[in-house]
Order: sequence, then C-alpha cells, then structure tokens
Amino acid sequence: MTTRDFIQDRIDHLDNRENLLEIHNLKKYYPVTGGFFKRTIGNVKAVDDISFALRRGETFGLVGESGCGKSTAGRTILRLMKPTDGKIIFEGKDITRLSGAKLQRARRDFQMVFQDPYASLNPMQMVGDIIAEPILNYEKRNKQELEAEIKALLKRVGLPEEAYYKYAHEFSGGQRQRVGIARALALHPKLIVADEPVSALDVSVQSQVLNLLKELQIEFDLTYLFIAHDLSVVKHMSDRIGVMYLGNLVELASNKDLYKEPLHPYTQALISAIPEPNPAKRKERIVLKGDVPSPQNPPTGCPFHTRCPVAMEVCSQEKPALAEVRPGHQVACHLY
Amino acid sequence: MSAMFGSNENTPLLRVKNLQTGFKIEGDYYNAVESVSFDVKRKQIVGVVGESGCGKSVMSLSIMQLLPEGIGKIRGGEIEFEGENISKLSDKRMNSIRGKDISMIFQEPMTSLNPVFTIGYQIAEVILNHENLTKKEARLRSVSLLKQVGIPRAEQIVTEYPHQLSGGMRQRVMIAMAIACQPKLLIADEPTTALDVTVQAQILELLKGVQEANDMSIILITHDLGVVAEICDEVLVMYAGKIIERAPVEELFAAPKHPYTELLMKAIPKMDEEVEKLATIEGLVPSVINMPQVGCRFANRCPKAMPECMTVTPQLVDVGHEHEAACLLFDESWPADRKRDKDRDREGVTAL
Repeated sequence: MTTRDFIQDRIDHLDNRENLLEIHNLKKYYPVTGGFFKRTIGNVKAVDDISFALRRGETFGLVGESGCGKSTAGRTILRLMKPTDGKIIFEGKDITRLSGAKLQRARRDFQMVFQDPYASLNPMQMVGDIIAEPILNYEKRNKQELEAEIKALLKRVGLPEEAYYKYAHEFSGGQRQRVGIARALALHPKLIVADEPVSALDVSVQSQVLNLLKELQIEFDLTYLFIAHDLSVVKHMSDRIGVMYLGNLVELASNKDLYKEPLHPYTQALISAIPEPNPAKRKERIVLKGDVPSPQNPPTGCPFHTRCPVAMEVCSQEKPALAEVRPGHQVACHLY
Repeated sequence: MSAMFGSNENTPLLRVKNLQTGFKIEGDYYNAVESVSFDVKRKQIVGVVGESGCGKSVMSLSIMQLLPEGIGKIRGGEIEFEGENISKLSDKRMNSIRGKDISMIFQEPMTSLNPVFTIGYQIAEVILNHENLTKKEARLRSVSLLKQVGIPRAEQIVTEYPHQLSGGMRQRVMIAMAIACQPKLLIADEPTTALDVTVQAQILELLKGVQEANDMSIILITHDLGVVAEICDEVLVMYAGKIIERAPVEELFAAPKHPYTELLMKAIPKMDEEVEKLATIEGLVPSVINMPQVGCRFANRCPKAMPECMTVTPQLVDVGHEHEAACLLFDESWPADRKRDKDRDREGVTAL
C-alpha cells in the first residue's frame, strides 16, 4: 500500500467515526490582579471562545506561536484547569463542571504527555513506580502482575525491561519522553493530549518519538490532541489541524487542505515562514511585521489585523467568526 | 591590523587548522572538538549543523576564546584570522579583536543582555570600547544601529531596559551590538532557536541583510537544517566533535554523502512530503569520556557500517563536486597507509 493509499484509507475510516470529544465555546481567562487588595483589574484571555471536535482515532493538531493559548487549551480540555466558560463533552458526557471523585474517575480516559521530559518525571522515583502510580490511583493490583505489565509496557515504548529499576536522570531526553509516554498509556486511556512532546528533543530522537506515537495510536486506538509550534511536525502527525492566534482558532482544516490552500493570512504567513530544508526552494517569504500583541490587551476586531498584510477597515472593528467556507475547512477572516 | 601578514582577498578570513578543544573532567582533559579544520571565506555564510553535544558551540567559543577558564582549553591546532594566529594571543590583544573584528550573538537574548542597564548604554559600551568617540556620538550611533536592525521608535528604545522588549526585539538589539563596530566575522550561535517561526523569519532576513550591507562573513551554528538551507552558502556537519561532511549548501542537500547527514535529513518531517514513517538513528552519541579513539565515531549507529569502520579512522577529504566527507564508503576517505591493506584485501577476494 502506498503512503497515499494509506492516508486516503485513514481519512475514509476516520470520517465514519463518532466524536470522542467536543469543545463548545471554550474560554479560559486568567485574572490579572493589582493594587493593595489584589483586586482583579483585567483578564488575560488565554483561550477566547474556541470550538472543535475530535473524532475517535484521529490526531487533531493544534498549532500556533508562543502565547497563542494552545497549551492552556490542552490543559483546560483535560480539566487540569477550570474553564471560565464553555462546554467540554467527552464521549457524550459533559465534564466541564465535574469535580472531586467524579472528575478523577473521568480522568482515567484522558492522559497527557508533557513537553519537558526533564521536569515531568519525579527524580526521586524509580521509573517503575512512576508508571505504576496512575494505575494504583484507580486499582488495587497484585505486585508481580503489575510489575510484569509495566515491563511489557516499557518494552512496547522501546525501553529495556531493566529501565523499571532506574531513575529518570539515567536516561537521555528521548528515553525520558518514552517513559512519559508509557506513563500516559498505563491506564489505556482513550484520549492523549501531547503538549509539545518533541520540541525539547534532537531531530534524530524526535523522529523516533513521532514514529512511536503513530504506532501506538493504531495499536491502542488512541485519539491524540497534538499541540506544537512546529507546523511541519504537526502536519506530519495530524489528520486535521487547528491554527490558533491570540487565544482564537483562526483556521481549521484537514492536514492536506491546510497546507495546499491555507485561507487565513496568518496561516499563510506561518507556512511561508518555515525554513525548508531545501536550498533550491529559497522562497520569497511573507514576513510579518511586529510581534504578537499582548493577550491582556488584544486588539479590537480581528486579533490578527495589526499584523495582517491584507487587513481592511472592517477588520479593526468587527471580529470575524469561524465559519465553514469549503467543505471541512473553517476560517475566521473577513476575506471570506 | 594584521595587514603585514598580507591579508589579501585570496586568504580566507578565518582558517581553523586541526583545532582540538578539551574539557577537564575529574583532572583529565577530554576533547569535545577533535581535529577540526575549515575555512571561512570573505562574505560567506557558513552553517555548522549537528545535534546537541556535537561540539558546535564549543568550537565557536574556541574561536572567540571564551571557553570557561580552568575547565575548557584549546589543546592543539591553530586559528588564523586574516592570516594571523589568534589562538595564542594575550587577553588584552584578544579583547581588542572580540567585538570589533569578530563578534558573537547567542541563543538566549534575555540572558545575554544585562538587565540593569538601558539598551542604549549597552550598545554604546561596545562602541566606546573599540572606538574613539564621545558618549554623545556613541549614543547617536546606537540609535542609528537600532534603526538599521529594524527597531521602531529607536530614540525611545535606547532609554528602555531589556525586559521591556520581546524576544525578537532583544535578538535585534543583540545583532545591533554585534555589528556596532562593523566586524568582519559574526558568529551566531543558534540565533533563532528561542524564537517563534514568524519572528525567526524576520531575524534570518535581518542577518542576511546586515551580512550583505557590511560585507561580513557569518558562522551560523544551528541544529535546524531548514535554517541552514535558507541562508547559508556552505555547510559543515558535525558529529561527536568532528566535522564529518562539508559542502556547498545546494550540493549538500541534493546529495548528502555521509550516512549521518542523509539520515538527519530524512528524520525531519517536511511540509511538501507525505511519509508514514520518518527515518530514525538508533542508539546514542558516544559520551565524551568513552569516545572511540580509532574508527568512525558514528559506526555504532550507522546502518551502513562495515567491520573496518571500527578500526580505520576515515579522513575528511574531497569526494567530488567540492564535497568533502569522512566516511569509508568513499575510497578517498581511507587513510593512505590503510588504503593498501584494503586494496590487497579486495584483490584477495577477487583472486578467490
């Protein structure tokens, strides 16, 4: 089967599957406090009204530059943080307002892989214990059985069985990330949110981890929310991609459409800015002027209009809504 | 000036010969950079790529002689700048070169700027160190430098502090400081790694612009092959402290010769390509303490390794099209004394 057939097969297969996760108008504001009594004097709108859905078995990529709210979105969806507003529906159940024991029970089905494999593993714990911890949170287990299970899991993610008895500092960055993945897999979750899982790794190691994530997805029927700033990595991993800018989802399309025909001027600039490892294709880039505005004080109207090369008058006054302009291709821009 | 050495247009601006830089670990020195030789021509942008720990940053610190004192040391070789060996210069003499003839920018623009001085003060400091100007003139020059690197409201920014600027702006300030005395060589160590892609694009464009405007040479150290392809003329690929491949940029990307370079290129996802599986490189870089002294340092991870790779050290030599590689897959890379053995073995095989 060629790569193209494989991809087409995958698209057909995913099209027929139901939504595992639905996000409706999700908002997460961080209060800004000031003055003697630490009163709230404003809000950082880290995530400002985003909606999308993940189908079972797919990888949904969330891409954007630092401060665009992609990580906050990921964490809020896992309910590691309380959303300010909006709804999170997981397998038809509203988990937005769950708390305590109920939340903990629901969390079994969704796990996270973190960016920094150095900071996200406890240096005082044996790798075996790190991976056992999530399991023991939910079940009483026979010790030998559990150990065998964890060793099998370590092997599956490409680590030797002896890794069980070692500590995080004895591993390289790539191996640590494998431990992080094994920990996320321990409970056989349905959804994994991977927040920049490879950005701290060298290229050769990065490709190992990306390959592993892809294999595991098929083997365990996992759904991924893949968060990264590197558009080429996101494109390689994802079936559909959402582009975020200043807390807003500005474009959402299939992997192929987004690259072939990016509609939002920001997406166009983002794709054009990626240096390609091909000197024959040195291109005229769309170089955006200036920096991303502060999310505490976002521009009125379209959040991108201050840097947009094709901004019109209406852009500074009215915020465009995300709308479907081609089948399966949504964009929030007044041009369409 | 080293004019007396006859630094004409033909001598390379920088010539590194057999550089060895060691670090002291528990009393012994281990070489993080091993027998590295290369030239940087005038107005050329040379990219140095490699993964973490390959020695690319240590090499650049050696050129600048900014190695941590008492720990890192140049243990052999020569660094010729405009024909003059600068590897053994006194601190005082080196200080007059650093920042004037050769300057450097670093990855993290926040930690390389002093948080308690204004931007204007810090740029003026560089200028006053090397040139006979009044404070006022230096201040004016700072403003024009900031304008040159594309900073809006330059008159106001000179009175501000580093924390008031964004990452991209800080990197622009670093570039302004680096080019303040119109250096002939700029060493940029991962200058865009900490930046977002849209800002990275701005900074790369700026670097290219100042390079052309000042007729400068640049050594660009990076792990990102995309950045290299975008602005470099020539590329050095480093692995475990050695240069394993050197070629003009088009040539390198069109036909990588060393298996390591080839795998590195296949390991990155590309925007215009669909692949199910990316290439991987199994295993790890040998640690500096256990570095094999003979043979190819990549042999233990190389899918094309032959038994000889463990015992014969490949030489970095021209394998055609101005393309140098250090790999025993190419006859040229065999050291002269071992070449005979190899040819004899081959003959033996055909005779059988």
